[in-house]
Amino acid sequence: MKKIFLYIFLAVTSVITLVPFIWMIAASFMQDGDASVFPPIFIPDPFTFVQYEVLFERLNVARNFFNSLFLSVTVTFISLFFNSMAGYAFAKYRFKGKKQLFNILLSSMIIPSQVTMLPLFLMLKSMGLINTYMAIIIPGLANIFGIFLIRQYVMAIPDSLIEAARIDGASDFEIYRKIVIPLATPVLVTLAIFTFLGTWNDFLWPLIALTDNSMYTLPVALANLMGEHTKDPELMMAGSVVTIIPVIIVFLVLQKYYVRGIMMGGVKE
Amino acid sequence: MKRKEKINFKSASGAAYFFLAPAVTAIFVFFFIPVIAAFFISFTDFDIYALGDLSTLRFIGFNNYIELFNDPLFWQALKNTFYFVFAAAPLSIAVSLGAAILLNSKLIKFKGIFRLSYFIPVVTTLVAVAIVWRFIYHTRFGLMNYFLSLFGINPIDWLGDPDWAMPAIIIMAVWKNFGYNMIIFIAGLQNIPEDLYEAASIEGAGGFQKFKSITLPMLAPTTLFVSIITMIGFFQLFAEPYIMTQGGPLNSTLSIVQYMYQEGFRWWNMGYSASIAFVLFLIIFAGTLIQFRLQRNAA
Repeated sequence: MKKIFLYIFLAVTSVITLVPFIWMIAASFMQDGDASVFPPIFIPDPFTFVQYEVLFERLNVARNFFNSLFLSVTVTFISLFFNSMAGYAFAKYRFKGKKQLFNILLSSMIIPSQVTMLPLFLMLKSMGLINTYMAIIIPGLANIFGIFLIRQYVMAIPDSLIEAARIDGASDFEIYRKIVIPLATPVLVTLAIFTFLGTWNDFLWPLIALTDNSMYTLPVALANLMGEHTKDPELMMAGSVVTIIPVIIVFLVLQKYYVRGIMMGGVKE
Repeated sequence: MKRKEKINFKSASGAAYFFLAPAVTAIFVFFFIPVIAAFFISFTDFDIYALGDLSTLRFIGFNNYIELFNDPLFWQALKNTFYFVFAAAPLSIAVSLGAAILLNSKLIKFKGIFRLSYFIPVVTTLVAVAIVWRFIYHTRFGLMNYFLSLFGINPIDWLGDPDWAMPAIIIMAVWKNFGYNMIIFIAGLQNIPEDLYEAASIEGAGGFQKFKSITLPMLAPTTLFVSIITMIGFFQLFAEPYIMTQGGPLNSTLSIVQYMYQEGFRWWNMGYSASIAFVLFLIIFAGTLIQFRLQRNAA
């Protein structure tokens, strides 16, 4: 009896959690006006792709989609490379100033990124990089959280493996590339998902650093569109679907790694 | 063994610097320098004229901070943000804990599916879901009022009424974020040794008693961690009001970050904006310290 009650409760709350997405998808296939009725309907009648046509043909959302995809993938790869090297150095090397550097990085994780945004904007502006892809890539080159996540994982790789490779004459970079990277793949995948989703979902910095519709990422383009289309839920829902679906797919495919990453502790979005 | 390691790795410290250089340089140039620069800018009158001609820039000491102290709109933003953090953070942590305990129950199968549906909002794009919720809160056609009407509750003007706009944003934020902490709590619950509960059962402890005297104390470190990251995240409230209310009605949802954004990037009062950013930093810093202190006193 208790069990049945528990199942019903879980099922009902799960549905309540998902209803916003169900309605979003349903409304995105409705013709103008059909999402503004009382009581709300969940089955598009007639079923139409017209909102998506408007998005891609008239509003050129494909360009924003490309911007988001390109930037998320680029930032993910570069930061993975930089963070993994630094994480490896912290995990397996002794060097002068290690402890101090480590502590400085660790304690600065509490500084909210908003503090850096004004000077960063001025800096990039003086380099002529505002409203370019570089404006998004540069602040994402490396991040402290990523370095620590990788360090944590690489510390568990046995020193003997690295020693053996060194005796075989492998250079430091070869050891990094041929031993550390393959063994650290699970944590690299975890960090890749976090970085990809973080870049894709980011809003405030792209809103500041990108000033032209053709450069906007999807969230900025969507926010901009919202200003002109407050009375067009069907169109805005189609835009939301285009923004959210890739994220959900990435998550569903790699959720094991994502959840493990959270459990490893200390993840900032 | 240990000695050998020491010798070998010590000789390789050049390689360590080589591996560290790209990441540390990037963080130094594009994070640390901006933080220090922001600190200095907050003591200047950096505005749209200085943006064109740096020679018009003047040091004005604590004037920005003094002005901030006398700025009713800043106090309003501060009040709104605290309202949001102190309502949404405990609420979302409580929901997370509740969901984690339910999903940790041994009676339940298909945990994966329930966990997944609770978790989906966490990974989705905040701007997109804020747009969805803006329509959900529509007074006449929105799902929220339709749902409430099933219980005979009259329509609420969620985003148009200054008293309801912040609760609307809080509800949405709880929905969006509870899945994240839920995962952390599930991990914490799984680390509690089973025999503690068994021993308590033998001594005749009930469900609630076990929750109070085993689950909660054993979860204390997890709860501290969760409270701190939730608080830090919630103090940075921005996209929800930006999309759903633009800070209105009557500035009832204007947040600190939104005020910083407006002053800095709409009116180009960058000195003033930098001082707002630093106050945010100080608040987050103080909040973290206080939580550590509370935790230590409770233990």
